[in-house]
Amino acid sequence: MAEAPAAPNMTPLSFHVPEPRFRPGDAVDYADFDRGEAGAVARPDVAALPADMRGHAYSLVRVLDDEGVAHGPWNPRLSPDRLRRMLRDMALTRAFDDRMYRAQRQGKTSFYMKCTGEEATSIAAAHALDRGDMCFPSYRQQGLLIARGWPIGQMMNQIYSNAGDNLKGRQMPIMYSAREAGFFSVSGNLTTQYPQAVGFAMASASRGDTRIAACWCGEGSTAEGDFHSACTFAAVYRAPVILNVINNQWAISSFSGIAGAEATTFAARGIGYGIASLRVDGNDILACYAVLDWAAERARGNHGPTLIEYFTYRAEGHSTSDDPTKYRSAEERGAWPLGDPIVRLKQHLIGLGEWDEERHAAMDKEVAEFIRDEGRKAEAQGTLHDGLSQPFTTMFEDVFEEQPWHLKEQSAQMQAERKAAGI
Amino acid sequence: MNMIQAINSALDVCMDRDPAITVMGEDVGYFGGVFKATEGLQKKYGKGRVFDTPINEGGIIGVAVGMSAYGLRPVPEIQFADYIYPGLDQLVSEAARLRYRSAGEFTAPITVRSPFGGGIFGGQTHSQSPEALFTHVAGIKTVIPSNPYDAKGLLVAAIEDNDPVIFFEPKRIYNGPFDGHYDRPVTPWAKHPQSQVPEGYYRIPLSQAAVVREGEAATMLAYGTMVHVALGVIEASGIDAEVIDLRTLWPVDIETIEASVKKTGRCIVVHEATRTGGFGAELSALVQERCFYHLEAPIERVTGWDTPYPHSLEWAYFPGPVRLTQALKRVIEA
Repeated sequence: MAEAPAAPNMTPLSFHVPEPRFRPGDAVDYADFDRGEAGAVARPDVAALPADMRGHAYSLVRVLDDEGVAHGPWNPRLSPDRLRRMLRDMALTRAFDDRMYRAQRQGKTSFYMKCTGEEATSIAAAHALDRGDMCFPSYRQQGLLIARGWPIGQMMNQIYSNAGDNLKGRQMPIMYSAREAGFFSVSGNLTTQYPQAVGFAMASASRGDTRIAACWCGEGSTAEGDFHSACTFAAVYRAPVILNVINNQWAISSFSGIAGAEATTFAARGIGYGIASLRVDGNDILACYAVLDWAAERARGNHGPTLIEYFTYRAEGHSTSDDPTKYRSAEERGAWPLGDPIVRLKQHLIGLGEWDEERHAAMDKEVAEFIRDEGRKAEAQGTLHDGLSQPFTTMFEDVFEEQPWHLKEQSAQMQAERKAAGI
Repeated sequence: MNMIQAINSALDVCMDRDPAITVMGEDVGYFGGVFKATEGLQKKYGKGRVFDTPINEGGIIGVAVGMSAYGLRPVPEIQFADYIYPGLDQLVSEAARLRYRSAGEFTAPITVRSPFGGGIFGGQTHSQSPEALFTHVAGIKTVIPSNPYDAKGLLVAAIEDNDPVIFFEPKRIYNGPFDGHYDRPVTPWAKHPQSQVPEGYYRIPLSQAAVVREGEAATMLAYGTMVHVALGVIEASGIDAEVIDLRTLWPVDIETIEASVKKTGRCIVVHEATRTGGFGAELSALVQERCFYHLEAPIERVTGWDTPYPHSLEWAYFPGPVRLTQALKRVIEA
């Protein structure tokens, strides 16, 4: 490969490969991180033109300050009851994650993915959207299901592929599907749900319906072609859709710079398509709720789509198959300048005089016990460790609406072979 | 009607019956499609149901899947089958598996129409026959008509089917049947009985092949343009071979194939697509498995060569009468 330079008298080109600031063992310093002030970003009219929102694509909508006090035009002024429900939903999601992570480590299932640190992004959406609005999540929006009241036990059954699994043991753990909860079937293929959400929104608009759609992907997945497809279609047809990008800084081992974050923000990409775009503190659930509420109102008012970048941090490994100590500094999580979403809302509620440490401890205990009880009930229906929980002939069902001859033959062959083998 | 008019009529009839049906694709709206298959539909049904899309096949299929989740029945068009590849992830990973992975909670009853096949000097990217990419995918049905009557009846059935269907339209025979004799003038469909297409609603069930010529000497399995090439070769050779037009490639009508080969004892598989890993390999394997003791000669495959589709060398590439006649003789004399 080492050929002589084409023009020895010219400066050689250099090749740039982005590197994260901190690698394992590095001390972490976020002193130069510009968070902006809580309450400093203006709240535009929901009919604002995308071209007038360039500033919003590069700043950070924040409501809660470091003391947990709400500031500025994005303060959604939610009732204390609503805030407490959101707090519990976040706590429940974290407790669920903790239990299922342990279950995977105990060999009760093959795989799990936590959303620790990102709970606010999903819980805010479940509270800001109508239940009839269809969500097209990625694999890290379990908070949507939990906050929409989808049975926790049903989620566990899916993770265990047990007798109660509504997906009949066909899908990897956490690839839920819950039409009744407005939660579209999760696919392993990244960002495919983006154009699908736009299509749902186009369909709703073309039929004069009032439902809107929302989709989620991580910042790493914005590099997929489907992200571009979705943004183009959403803008062209002014689709009533909310395009959510969870920028948790990490796509497995690749930091956000590998997805393009060194040169711009992910919200700024929306502006180029002519999509209203916002960037929000993803660990501030009041700010998350406020921007989602704004985007939903914009969509319902036929003003078109919104792209929201949630600036947050993936506090845990990518999945149970991942060890983040191999590629990032262990100090990052603790030093993250936007803190923890549960702690911040707790602090806010206490400041309002609507919460205290005692009640918080009681809530933590209550959700832990609830999750434990649900877990026991789910495990009573079997875990992956117990082997096949579904009749194996269900494997051949639902490929098509009706079973064609070749699947009938293969099903019969499988049964015959097992019988002959004495299974 | 010619094939285009039959397809247009199928779309019209279906849209009139079911408000959920939505037609979309590049240039399909105001302009009526580059082959005019969607002409007049936007004017009649409005832009909410017939509309132009950005040039983005992944987006076209992706939004169609999402529209299905809403409850519509999208009929997206991919302008040429050669350009379906950017939509492949949405077709293979999403549309095909949605029913299975959601245990029936969500389905994708989409029908992807796309002109396909060669014989028109379309070169590398206007001539391909990528059907084997789809017959290999669990959860997708693949349909290819060979005449106007079938085109309308099969398209109606495909649109009404609750599974995703790839509907490939052999563009070489849009205006008239083609027997592979490129040096002779083409007879328009008007002079062919299969151009008698009812104006109203009818459907031809999927997964049912048609025995288009009965014979005793050998069985030719064909679809699309190659049905006409096969018929022409048999007529010219005087060999009493049977021709089966598969119509639906997958799930294929195995009973009709099996009955025919058991009767004739000889089988030739014909397609324009490249040979290796082509659908002919599956047909050949099926016949071998099911008709082994009835076979009197090795199964022949007459297909496109394993090269990209060439421009100026088209007639040396296309599996036309010369090659098919040779294969027929080999099978008969074996």
